[in-house]
Amino acid sequence: MTQLPESSQSHKSLKVQVCVIGAGPGGYAAAFHAADRGLKVALIDAESKPGGVCLHRGCIPSKALLHAASLIEESELAANWGIHFERPRVDLDRLREWKGEVVERMVSGLAGLCRARGIEYIQGTAVFVDSERVAVEDASVAMVQFEHAILATGSSPAIPAALRIDSPRLMDSTAALELPDVPEKLLVIGGGYIGLELATVYAALGSAITVVEMTDGLLPGADRDLVRPLAARLKKSISSILLETAVTSISETKDGLEVTWEGKGGNATQTFDRALISVGRRPNTSGLGIENTAATLDENGFVRVNPARRTEDPRIYAIGDVAGQPMLAHKATAEAKVAAAAIAGEPAAFDPAAIPAVVFTDPEIAWTGLTETEAKEQGRKVKVARFPWGASGRAVTLDRTDGMTKLITDPANGLVLGVGIVGPGAGDLIAEGVLAIEMGAVAEDLAAVIHPHPTLSETVMESAELIFGSATHMHRPAKK
Amino acid sequence: MAIKFQLPDLGEDTEGGTVVKVLVAVGDAVEKDQSVIELETDKALLEVPSPASGKITGVHVAEGDEIRVDELILTIDAAVGSDDAPAEPAVPVKAPPNVEPKTVIQAPAKPEPRPVAETPPASVPGPPQPEPSKPEPPQPVAPSAEVGAVPVAAKPAGAGGPASPSTRKLARELGVDLEQVLGSGSAGRISKDDVMAFAKSRLAPDSDREGAPGAPGPVAVTPIELPDFSKHGPIERVKLNGIRKKTIESMTRSWTTIPHVTQFDEADTTDLEALRRRRNEQLLAGGKAKLTATVFVIKACVSALKAFPQFNSSLDVAAGEMIRKDYFNIGMAVDTEHGLLVPVLKDVDKKSLLQLSDEIKDLSERARRRKVSLDDLRGATFTVTNLGGLGGTAFTPIINHPEVAILGLARSQKRVSMTGERLESRLMLPLCLSYDHRLIDGSDAVRFTRKIAEMLEDPGLLLLEG
Repeated sequence: MTQLPESSQSHKSLKVQVCVIGAGPGGYAAAFHAADRGLKVALIDAESKPGGVCLHRGCIPSKALLHAASLIEESELAANWGIHFERPRVDLDRLREWKGEVVERMVSGLAGLCRARGIEYIQGTAVFVDSERVAVEDASVAMVQFEHAILATGSSPAIPAALRIDSPRLMDSTAALELPDVPEKLLVIGGGYIGLELATVYAALGSAITVVEMTDGLLPGADRDLVRPLAARLKKSISSILLETAVTSISETKDGLEVTWEGKGGNATQTFDRALISVGRRPNTSGLGIENTAATLDENGFVRVNPARRTEDPRIYAIGDVAGQPMLAHKATAEAKVAAAAIAGEPAAFDPAAIPAVVFTDPEIAWTGLTETEAKEQGRKVKVARFPWGASGRAVTLDRTDGMTKLITDPANGLVLGVGIVGPGAGDLIAEGVLAIEMGAVAEDLAAVIHPHPTLSETVMESAELIFGSATHMHRPAKK
Repeated sequence: MAIKFQLPDLGEDTEGGTVVKVLVAVGDAVEKDQSVIELETDKALLEVPSPASGKITGVHVAEGDEIRVDELILTIDAAVGSDDAPAEPAVPVKAPPNVEPKTVIQAPAKPEPRPVAETPPASVPGPPQPEPSKPEPPQPVAPSAEVGAVPVAAKPAGAGGPASPSTRKLARELGVDLEQVLGSGSAGRISKDDVMAFAKSRLAPDSDREGAPGAPGPVAVTPIELPDFSKHGPIERVKLNGIRKKTIESMTRSWTTIPHVTQFDEADTTDLEALRRRRNEQLLAGGKAKLTATVFVIKACVSALKAFPQFNSSLDVAAGEMIRKDYFNIGMAVDTEHGLLVPVLKDVDKKSLLQLSDEIKDLSERARRRKVSLDDLRGATFTVTNLGGLGGTAFTPIINHPEVAILGLARSQKRVSMTGERLESRLMLPLCLSYDHRLIDGSDAVRFTRKIAEMLEDPGLLLLEG
């Protein structure tokens, strides 16, 4: 066959069984699992390599920077142990380059996995023409005809219209991860996990940070007792945290960004070198031609799906951020497996008992299943045990006794309903909690499972012991 | 005195229905037993009678509402001095059909499902299956506040405990609804074995089933993922009515639990037909209902059932017993525009052909107008289904569980046959008897079918035995 000339290549049309739109942790996983079932798959994304927001400008680069930040923090803590470091000299260009290497290594790995599975990766922007075809703009393939499509276009940072000004000093999470410089004064608008993670990075690099949050606490959604140790630690690294306060205007002056806020944190106008807006994310549903299919959006702007993640259009599935809360990469990956299985004709449903949430601040906060706050809102009776890390040998050796592990159980039968952890490594420790909930474990099970000593994982076991009274390393006199 | 009138117990298997018509309005005076609403249940259109005389002060249902037993229908201000007015004000009243109040664990409303997480990366809404608040299975269900929401009869107490993801997957593959499964682990945890045992028990006879004593409970019809038909052409999705849904359940139960065998035979009904013709001329002249072939067949069946009592029985596998019935109620399949109904002719052995003929006519007409009562649809010991009017040479009817046999009639055909040395044209009626092979042996089935045929071949015998 003769090679088509460059110009006519865009008229090429491709026929596949599964067309995945968006190559984030939902999209690429869906493509992989569909291909592994022997289906012919195309994966379309605007980036040159798969990975989506998570790998290119989300989870992975932020974790690389947070790792660097924690080293800086720990080098300061080491003075307590008689180990003294000079104040670290930060080569921002090299740090940025290293972060880029981490990302590049991951996305190249994914590209390789795509090739190995025979997946047609198309760089371009896909738009549904109807329920059977997508047109691809700026791509080597103009049209993809599919039997099934999986929509996995993710989400983007939401920026309130009132604060939208055209200035490089005003950053969203993507821009902040680019590490343009270390601003002397940085304002973080929004005290959710993205804002606090990036605040942690910039604080370690030397920025003076002000956090403005509209609600009455940081990390809305997490139990307050988990947030407290983080808030206490942030007080040392962050200049000020203004709660129940809203930014009302931003304008650029020659000195920086002039920002005005109102609320309990006071009414003030201050100038910052940069500001980060991290007030939430919106599902990416526009410009995709969803209206040309039978799929519909719900009142919150998410694509409506059934338990198999199928939209109202029988040929089209939706997964990840675009298909509903929580907007988390691991939820997208789990949905990807469900959608791929459903398309392959297997009985599949997305029915998790628990999805973990992790905030990679220092200390980390992680929780899964039912929170105490939710139990209260539902008027549901729960039995809660809290194990303070001061009683953990491992935590003491790390000089980090500010952590806490808590277990939320059903008083009727001891069933583990929720787990919350704050402390270094909480994100890794929470996996046991998810497993416990998914497997229908009772507190007695967790208490009886042998945990390695000395590790932080013992705190999960000991919190389960506390449900029944005392734990090995925590004595609580029996109630009379 | 205000009476809160709740939908009375409609009897086995019926949990409620759709309000087709509200026959009274606020301010109306009603008499005791006067119909107040028309209710469409799975099987029939029912008129629900008022429990007392008085004035309607509140109507709490509207046409089209789906209501369930015990749901408030009306408030009636009972006539002063009425015998039926209760002493206490505003007492919930069960209507006449409910003889004595059943011990029912009144379930408070199920706790609201967790709201779909709108909040930041918090937990997810509780999944449908591992609803963790379910009581522990080994404990008897006590109507305490702790136990809370136990949907009565919808599933066995303690069912729907937590299940691991792999167990949930297995359940999906087997079409098992985890809400129905009783977990054997701590906190009602459902294991893969529990799911497999449940799936197996579903294939076994009702009485063999664990967990749901008494009411047969809904038969889980394995939902099989359907292809996308619209790929191949235009389609339309049509909602099934109550009768069809009930038929799906009962057919699935019968087909999956009873090992069916169908025995074919034919009866020479030439003489019977001649007799019927003669009689009908007279009956018509006298303005009476015609005798149909069906009525003779039903009579013949009773003779055969008396001779072979195991055909007039039910099987109690759990007890290891056969339940022999000393009454002869014959179900009669009637094809209506809404679907299949099987009204029952009671005490057929005690009624004459003419009596039965009138009853059949009345029942089938009422069935077609959906005016049969639930009572008319219950208590059959054996069923006859006549498709001969439409055609067909033979078919294999499905037994109406918990009966153990069913007789199908196909279209009679004239056949040349040798009678002695002569060739004669004879009218042959095809008989198709499906029987439960667990209880009935093939040889008895042949004898039973032969017996029916013989009765029909010599109508005189009907006189002697019927």
